[in-house]
Amino acid sequence: MIALRIDITMTQGAFTLSVRDSASVEVLGVFGPSGSGKTSLLEAIAGIRTPDSGEIRVDDRTLFSSANAINLPARDRRIGYVPQDALLFPNLDVRGNIQYGARGSEFESLVGILELQALLDRRVGMLSGGEKQRVAIARALMTRPSILLLDEPLAAVDRERRDVILPYILRIRKELHVPLIYVTHDETELNSIADRVLRLRR
Amino acid sequence: MMALVATMLVLPPAIAIGWLLARKHFFGKTLLETVVSLPLVLPPVASGLILLWLFGRRSLLGRALDAAGIEVIFTWKAVVIAMMVISFPLVTRSVRAGIEQVDRRYEQIAATLGAGAFRILRTITLPLAARGIAAGAVLGFSRALGEFGATIMIAGAIPGRTRTLAVGIYTLVETGREDAAWSLLVVSALLAFGAIYLSNRLLDRRSAI
Repeated sequence: MIALRIDITMTQGAFTLSVRDSASVEVLGVFGPSGSGKTSLLEAIAGIRTPDSGEIRVDDRTLFSSANAINLPARDRRIGYVPQDALLFPNLDVRGNIQYGARGSEFESLVGILELQALLDRRVGMLSGGEKQRVAIARALMTRPSILLLDEPLAAVDRERRDVILPYILRIRKELHVPLIYVTHDETELNSIADRVLRLRR
Repeated sequence: MMALVATMLVLPPAIAIGWLLARKHFFGKTLLETVVSLPLVLPPVASGLILLWLFGRRSLLGRALDAAGIEVIFTWKAVVIAMMVISFPLVTRSVRAGIEQVDRRYEQIAATLGAGAFRILRTITLPLAARGIAAGAVLGFSRALGEFGATIMIAGAIPGRTRTLAVGIYTLVETGREDAAWSLLVVSALLAFGAIYLSNRLLDRRSAI
């Protein structure tokens, strides 16, 4: 369980994203059509993008507060962020990617849960979309994040092969108890994973 | 040999300035860009004259070096300095282009993984910009090889000590030994061809990473 408080306004191009939500959740689903600012919201939480105003709190930690002039840099936030295209570092192999932000010694157990043993010495260019996602999830979890942000993790895999990712996400939820924010534009996905849904509109 | 030393020495500052120009916005950025590019458009002889004054006994730097017993002008050090100044804009431009090609989102992800600015530069940005940096080094090396104008101003043409390929060709022609000059020309043409070819190959393949 994690207490989340998001109350931000962000302008990007022609439209303004305004989000207000406060909840204690294990998995918060964020649902909305493309262009509704789902990725921007995750980037604001991760510290990659700065909102115009508002506040972001995770449990008792304030990550951003325009009123108190707080804007914690991304590297101090301990937010695990898995972007839609995984963004594995192309100059490192799978092992190097997973170890990049290592804080603890859960390498073996994470590799086990995500079934990455056979991939460790591969170059990231050789991986399939689902494999890239799993590696990116492991890389983010190695930092012992207080929360894991997943941006449409199923977008990179074919519709009928979604089972290459979803079961792993459910295992992470069950075995590691890491709170998740799960972004998607597909409502059926949310029913199987989220215990609260935040809806964004254009 | 001296061109190689000059290239090695010019790389660290070129990477620093190239990164600054590619990634940061600051007051006076355009001014810095202009100053960096100056040796590219200024006649090398003019750059040489500035260096001659800078390292001569009339400037503060020259006096300090003199007091420390370091002689620069008309030594091999002068050749290296001339080569560095002349190749610096080329190397910096190439490094900058290489860094600009790196998707910033890799750097942002590295930050969410807890990496600080210097670690991101060392482990993500520079390795991904490696081809641009290598291409810049090769380009700078070939420019240094052909350096003439600035070199002749502050290093002269002392055989075996400060004579570069370009200066060598010039003095051979001046002294009527044209056949020797031609063989030097072949050497320098081959080196230049190889360096430019290599540099183009490196830049071409960058998209393949």
